[in-house]
Formats: sequence, structure tokens, C-alpha cells
Amino acid sequence: MNTPHPLQGELLAEDNSLSLEQLCRSCAMPTEHILLLVEEGIIEPQNPSGDVASEHWHFHWRSVSRVRASARLQQDLGLNLAGVGLALELLDRIAQLERRLQQIADTDF
Amino acid sequence: MEFKDYYKVMELAKTASQDEIKRAYRKLARKYHPDVSKEANAEARFKDLGEAYEVLKDPDKRAAYDQLGSNWKAGQDFRPPPGWTGGPGTGGFRQRAGGGHGGGASQADFSDFFEELFGRAQQSRRPHNTHQEFNMQGEDRHARILIDVEDSYQGVTRQISLQIPELTPEGYMQNRERTLSVRIPKGIREGQQIRLAGQGSPGMGSGATGDLFLEVGFKPHPRYRAEGKDIYLDVPVMPWEAALGDTLNIATPSGQVKLRIPAGSQSGKTLRLRGAGLPGKAAGDLYAELKLLNPPADTTEARAAFEQLRDAFVVKSDTSSEV
Repeated sequence: MNTPHPLQGELLAEDNSLSLEQLCRSCAMPTEHILLLVEEGIIEPQNPSGDVASEHWHFHWRSVSRVRASARLQQDLGLNLAGVGLALELLDRIAQLERRLQQIADTDF
Repeated sequence: MEFKDYYKVMELAKTASQDEIKRAYRKLARKYHPDVSKEANAEARFKDLGEAYEVLKDPDKRAAYDQLGSNWKAGQDFRPPPGWTGGPGTGGFRQRAGGGHGGGASQADFSDFFEELFGRAQQSRRPHNTHQEFNMQGEDRHARILIDVEDSYQGVTRQISLQIPELTPEGYMQNRERTLSVRIPKGIREGQQIRLAGQGSPGMGSGATGDLFLEVGFKPHPRYRAEGKDIYLDVPVMPWEAALGDTLNIATPSGQVKLRIPAGSQSGKTLRLRGAGLPGKAAGDLYAELKLLNPPADTTEARAAFEQLRDAFVVKSDTSSEV
């Protein structure tokens, strides 16, 4: 099926944060699992007021891809959450270093 | 359909023990996991691996697979032997190690070969009226699309193809390819997501259709580097341009601009063009980093010019006699 007119989506901008409920829905995850990820520091609410899980929490939209990546790593590689946290952190660092390397490579002409 | 050599996929001998199979899976999964791997074709390899493991980890399925005999070669045209039943306890079971809420539906798809051997029974066994008995919100789907940095300056319309599971009139889930045309708005930044309401998986019963989340990435560009809403680029400058100052025409994603090089600039100096980054309510900036280029002294004139340069600087500084 083709769409005749281009679809105009809703752009999730920096200030379009997600509520806990929206994050759960978007990732198709139960709330308890999201709370475990917060506990492990894999994702962080933008307003971590107090240490009580809260319906007032807001998450950056980047949390969606992080939650989904963590689920894949957990299931496919049999990692526990601490391992997932470590893997994601190392992947972030590799990405940073690769960007840096790219900048340095750009300099050589 | 093509025969799949699951042992070869898992880099194992046919005599491998169940423990060896598990170890091989873990090792190769780490190597080819699409979130981790930099290997070419990681996604395809990982999918094959998941399928191979699904069969070999299950003694019943493995025995059934082994029954096919060892004469088959990967890629060979395959027809199941007459009277194939899939072996005891293998029919109707279809669950991927990483299925469920993790990957998109496409990841859970096994090959025709697998479905022929183990999967078919499941589809016809699915109770006809399942979808009428409960209502469930359709799953949100996620996809990624790559655009050029320049596209963000104008906005762009892109086609994406998705495998969308759909309910057939008979009540089975079936993947169908859909092509969507999506407007990528001007000023989009790397990693931003677009939510397309109602373009996800269909709900069950009266459940609403899920949404499609489209993550936008930038293709690598030889000159431009995006960081958030700012764009970085390198500008090669000649020594005299840097020393004396000049105005250069440089290409930017929004077209040619004039860049004023202040006299006495050093290599590495960064000049900011305010508002020339990605457009938006608060547009990003463009950072041009000067890279001093040393021209080759490969003609008589060039050599003479360098010699003059040397003489000019040698006269100025007395310490140079020691060099």
C-alpha cells in the first residue's frame, strides 16, 4: 500500500519528553522493567525528584532507543542489567572515540 | 528455497554437544549483535545465527534437522522430503531467543527454509478466533532512516519500506510490505525521532493501532560533521591567507558563503558563522576550522617564494643561524 501524500509525523524534539507511561508504551515494556533500568542507571529521568518512582517523571526521547537496545542486549546476549549498563556505556565511549578519530582523520589532507 | 547449513552458520561440527552450541551462540552473538558489531552484514549474520540456534539448541528440532542428512549444501535448492513431519514436538513451536518486546517484527522472521521445516504447523494451528477474544493495543514499531546533512536544511520526503504484520481475513498474522512516504521536517537533527501515529502494528480486537517511530540519522559526509544543531567543517587555508587575512568562498550545506579570515590566523582557529548550522527556531551555528595547507615547492617559482620567505624570517631572527 502506498501513501499518496507524504505523511507528516510529529517531531519528538528536545523538549518533547516522554512520561513514564509513554516510555513504557513506546518500548512495549512493563513499568517494573523501566523502573529496574532507572535503578541500574541505564536511563535517567530528567527530573529525578526524590527517589520514588513517579508518574511525574519525564524521560528524554533518546531513552526509547536506549531501552530498546538494552532489551535486545539482555535477550540476545543473555546479559544481566549490570552487564547491559556496562555494555551501553562502553558502546557510548566507542562512539565518542570514533567521532574523535573521524575528526582527526578529517584533518589529514 | 535455499537449504540452510545451521552448523556452518554456528561454525560448529555436526557432533557438537549442546554446551558447545550454547557457547558458540554466545560468542557469535557478541560478535554479530547489531547493537555491538561493526562487521559487515552483522544484521543478516545475526538473524541467521538466531535461526540456527533456535533449531540446534532444541534436541527435538536438531534431531529432525539432522534427519535431512548431510548431503545438503548451504544455498542448495531444497524441498522437504515427502512425509516430513518436523519430528516429535517440533511443530507449532516458534519463538525466537530475542523475540517478544525487543526487536521489530522483521527480526523475528525466520527463513522460508525454517518455516517449511518447523513453522508451518504453527500458523494453521493458531486458533481462528484468537483475535476476537481480546483487545490489545497494537505494538509501536521503530525504524531508522538515513538522510544527508543537506536534507535537514530544506526538509525532504523519503520513502521507507516496512514489513507490517497484518491480520488476514482468516485471522492469521502475515507480513506485508508497505511503502510509506514520509516528510522529514527541516532542521531535523541526528538521532531525532518522528512519531507517525497509527502506522505501527494493528491492534487486536478493538485495540488501537500502534505508532511508528522513525529515527533519523545522517549519512557520513566527507566535509560536514553535525553535532546537535551545529555543523563543523574544515577549511583549508594557504599560509599567506592565514597570515595576511583574506575572504574565502566556502561551500556550506546552505550554499556558498564568504568567510573572512582574520590576519594572523593559526591552523586550528575556529570561526563561527552564526545561524548557518541546522535551521530551526534557534538555528545552529556553523564552525569552520582553519587547516593550514603547506603548498609544495615543486616549481622554480614556488621554491623561490619559499626561499624569500625563509630569508625574510632568517633576517628577522638571529637565533636562526643555529638551525
